[in-house]
Amino acid sequence: MLSFILRRLVIAIPTIILISVFVFTLQKLLPGDPVLAMAGEERDPQVLEFLREKYRLNDPIPVQYFTWIGNALTGDLGISLRTNQPVLELIGEKLPVTIQLATMAMIFALLIGVPAGIFSAVKKGTVTDYVANVVALSGLSIPNFWLGIMLILLVSVKWKLLPASGYVPLSEDPIRSITVMIMPAFVLGTALAATLMRHTRSAMLSVLSSDYVRTARAKGLVERKVILKHAFRNALTPIVTLTALLFGELIAGAVLTEQIFTIPGFGKLVVDAVFNRDYAVVQGIVLVTAVGFIFMNLLADVAYVLLNPRLRKQ
Amino acid sequence: MAQPATPITIDAESAADPVLSARPENRVWKKFRHHRSAMLGGVLVVFFCAIALLAPLLPIPDPAATDWGAVRKGPSAAHWFGTDELGRDVLSRLIWGAQASLLAGVVSVAIALGLGVPLGIIAGYFGGWTDAIISRCTEALLAAPFLILAIALAAFLGPSLTNAMIAIGISATPIFIRLTRGQVLSVAAEDYVESARAIGLSTPRILRRYIFPNVLPPVLVQATLTVATAIIAEASLSFLGLGQQPPAPSWGSMLNTAKNFLNQAPWMALWPGIAIFMVVLGFNLLGDGLRDALDPREH
Amino acid sequence: MTLTKMTLAAALLGATTLGAQAADLRIALQSDADVLDPDQSRTFVGRIVYTSLCDKLVDITPDLEIIPQLATEWSFSEDGKQLTMKLRDDAVFHDGTPFDAEAVAANIDRSQNLETSRRKSELSSITGVEVLGSHEIRFDLADADATLMAQFADRAGMMVSPTAAEAAGDDFGLNPVCSGPYQFKERVAQDRIVLEKFADYYNADEYHFDSVTYLPIPDTTVRLANLQSGDIDMLERLAATDLAQAEGDDGIKVESAVSLGYQGITINVANGEKGDNPWGNDKRLRQALSYAIDREAINQVVFNGAFAAGNQPFPPNSPWYSTDFPVPERDVEKAKELLAEAGFADGIDLEVQVPNTTIPLQLMQVVQSMAAEAGINISITSKEFATLLADQSAGDYQASQIGWSGRVDPDGNIHQFMTSDGGINDSKFSNPEVDELLNKARKSNDQDVRRESYTAARAILNEELPIVYLYHQTWIWALDSDISGFTPYPDGMIRLEGMKKEEG
Repeated sequence: MLSFILRRLVIAIPTIILISVFVFTLQKLLPGDPVLAMAGEERDPQVLEFLREKYRLNDPIPVQYFTWIGNALTGDLGISLRTNQPVLELIGEKLPVTIQLATMAMIFALLIGVPAGIFSAVKKGTVTDYVANVVALSGLSIPNFWLGIMLILLVSVKWKLLPASGYVPLSEDPIRSITVMIMPAFVLGTALAATLMRHTRSAMLSVLSSDYVRTARAKGLVERKVILKHAFRNALTPIVTLTALLFGELIAGAVLTEQIFTIPGFGKLVVDAVFNRDYAVVQGIVLVTAVGFIFMNLLADVAYVLLNPRLRKQ
Repeated sequence: MAQPATPITIDAESAADPVLSARPENRVWKKFRHHRSAMLGGVLVVFFCAIALLAPLLPIPDPAATDWGAVRKGPSAAHWFGTDELGRDVLSRLIWGAQASLLAGVVSVAIALGLGVPLGIIAGYFGGWTDAIISRCTEALLAAPFLILAIALAAFLGPSLTNAMIAIGISATPIFIRLTRGQVLSVAAEDYVESARAIGLSTPRILRRYIFPNVLPPVLVQATLTVATAIIAEASLSFLGLGQQPPAPSWGSMLNTAKNFLNQAPWMALWPGIAIFMVVLGFNLLGDGLRDALDPREH
Repeated sequence: MTLTKMTLAAALLGATTLGAQAADLRIALQSDADVLDPDQSRTFVGRIVYTSLCDKLVDITPDLEIIPQLATEWSFSEDGKQLTMKLRDDAVFHDGTPFDAEAVAANIDRSQNLETSRRKSELSSITGVEVLGSHEIRFDLADADATLMAQFADRAGMMVSPTAAEAAGDDFGLNPVCSGPYQFKERVAQDRIVLEKFADYYNADEYHFDSVTYLPIPDTTVRLANLQSGDIDMLERLAATDLAQAEGDDGIKVESAVSLGYQGITINVANGEKGDNPWGNDKRLRQALSYAIDREAINQVVFNGAFAAGNQPFPPNSPWYSTDFPVPERDVEKAKELLAEAGFADGIDLEVQVPNTTIPLQLMQVVQSMAAEAGINISITSKEFATLLADQSAGDYQASQIGWSGRVDPDGNIHQFMTSDGGINDSKFSNPEVDELLNKARKSNDQDVRRESYTAARAILNEELPIVYLYHQTWIWALDSDISGFTPYPDGMIRLEGMKKEEG
């Protein structure tokens, strides 16, 4: 187990280096001078030049890269050109917001997707199954930003049921915090629910036709017990590992949702930073996301091996 | 997934079975045809492709024809789906917009295939350092969230439909590299490939005759599903202002403009969204059906 | 009374007091402010926050008259090269530092010398500062500067606590300390900025809210939805197309004021290679473009008639507008004539770069359609704002749709764009006569002399047209109808003095 983890970590290092080079290069290539973009209307050439010097933007590119990486390793990801706030602090502020959104979306997706998947697997081949499949695919096919604006139109503007935007920290006012996030979580979770439903169905099906389930049935166990106790428990493995990976995708998918519902989260932060040419923020975020993603992958792999003793021999 | 030339008949019953008794290629098609949702998907896709291609021939107003007097008017006899903020006919823009969206989907995936499949084959077949390098790069690209990657690339290239397609295509490439590589690894281990190598067939020949055709089916399935993702990605980029720029119509940019007029002209937002939904659903159903048809197991 | 009753009474009393005191005003802004340091700041919404956070030396009336704020009186010397000012003695900074002439001197020094200060060009005429008394100060100027008082009515005149500024340096923006009616409480980027009432403000009685929260909500529909649902109390920049809906809502009232700024098309006249083309070289083409456009129609179609058509840097209702040159009517024939004269009877192409947001794109599509009728084929290149600015500055454009948020002093709307060395002269238009006129206007404190100069300059600029002005935005605020005391100002600022909200 330990050597497995270590091996994976070692392989991850060149990947992370590649990511850092890639995102750094991309930022450098973006047209438009970050300092000028920050300047907005007021353009004092002296000040602009001073800022370029201060942020070492006139240094040769490799030097800039190594300065950035060197600082990053000590935890200094630079500062936002817009507000002078340290990037790490910004990430610390915004990440919990997106995590809250992603968690609520995930809960919603699990609550809807998994039971629907089980149900659909059990009722395989019937009209119910067919309809469920189309509904699931519909969930996957709706552009989430469109769903978002349609919901805002109906729920916030026409019916005035839920607030159209904003964010309240969970610690400040839990009820309002959750209320404000219901619509965005629904929008974000829809596609996820659909994916989970299909994967659950698929996992359940392969398990339901397996030997030990047939044995359970032959033993005369009640069907419901067969499904829940035997089939589902074993179908859980791929679902769990999938969930871990999908969490990372959720965070990425939050980009548009946060934009529409004006949620000050991770996704909005990075999109705004790209448009503002706030390069330190973009670089810092992509680096952190990538490292997080690799870490999640590793966790998922470890979980998979732990859940499935047969794989441990490898 | 090599299929023998003659069908396997165990008993009289299976000999009479219309699916089992057919030739392999027909077997796939027959399976597909009986799969109702896949056919629905196919119909949707064909429908939208048709209107996209036939747009110039249809009796609809010029999508760029502005009309100051008819700004943001609701659905009426003259304008079935209403007009937009410059008085242009929404239905017409919807139909012409199909071209942009479908093109975006197909071209992006074509780019991803063109880059991803060869790289995946090389990585999978030759292994060693080549594989290590390609795999690390692929993982690096996959670790950055897809949409953010596409946004950054599109911002770098400049807002336009072509650049959006390139951005999406490049962002989707890693998926195909990984998929192809995985397929190649499993196919290359098969006996017939070993034998081909043993009798001294040249590498390009092996790649062409044995590896490539067997790698293709899952890649095709993924390609169909990725077209769906690409269409949504183009709409997303246009929604953020990075894709097709006005006055040329595209469903995503129509939604981008429409969100400012949700109160006064909700129809501007309704129809493009429905259009995107239906096309994407079509491709998803199609991809699903292809996967089921090509899958040897009964699922 | 029993203990229970007393506690209950006290609780009730406390509750009602709490209820009356817990008045928080929630204002939605179009975008998030940048760094909250008046010397480093560069956004419009930042100024809205400063209106409550940082007092300035002087302020303006809705008619753009300069009135006292931290300065009580002032006078220029005969030659205009010395400005003597008396300051209030009852003002204090949020951290307790007293406001006095030393503080003002420290502020001017910071604005002029802090490396990242954006206020240097605004105060460039000040060569020396002399503290005459605890609350009296004199500024020595290189030359007479008519714009100085107006600069003091904006960020250059905002006074920050010297103690705090000294301690924080560049990071002052993370925790700004000024002397305004509200002090900084907290800020979460892209989420909110919270200010709370400063009890020791000299005019504290006129401010009826205990705290103010600024929320950046970029989407216009969402902003309005929040107001309608009561989640916010007020918003700035209501979309012109949402006017009907807001006015139709009984719970909302709408206020407006024509802004000080403009929007137009800047044409590359002499900025690099790209300026060396028919559009840059022949003013007749630029005139043709201006004639081809129906400005009123644009106002109707794009802004529901709520904005103001324009053809000068100042709106038609401004005292600086030259009535000798009214907004021209559309004249397609004249445009075609000019095109033919210039040798392009068969039409000509023009590439206009536009920011990739809704209003500019809509605007340019309308212009494109109108210009086509005169034979001008406009192709729209939409770019992200950051790219657009960079390209414009570098001269890598033919024409650019861009505007200016406007300044109180007319000089701020014209000098840096039209003079040969102007800091934001991206068209690189250069005319020595115009230079002379504009410099003269900037140095004279005589309103008539200034007006004459601007009119004379307008005569030339109307012919040359390096900028084809299109419209002037109208600031539109939507407020909860329970809120009273709001006065619309053309500078777009939200002044909280006298504003209150009736509960229930």
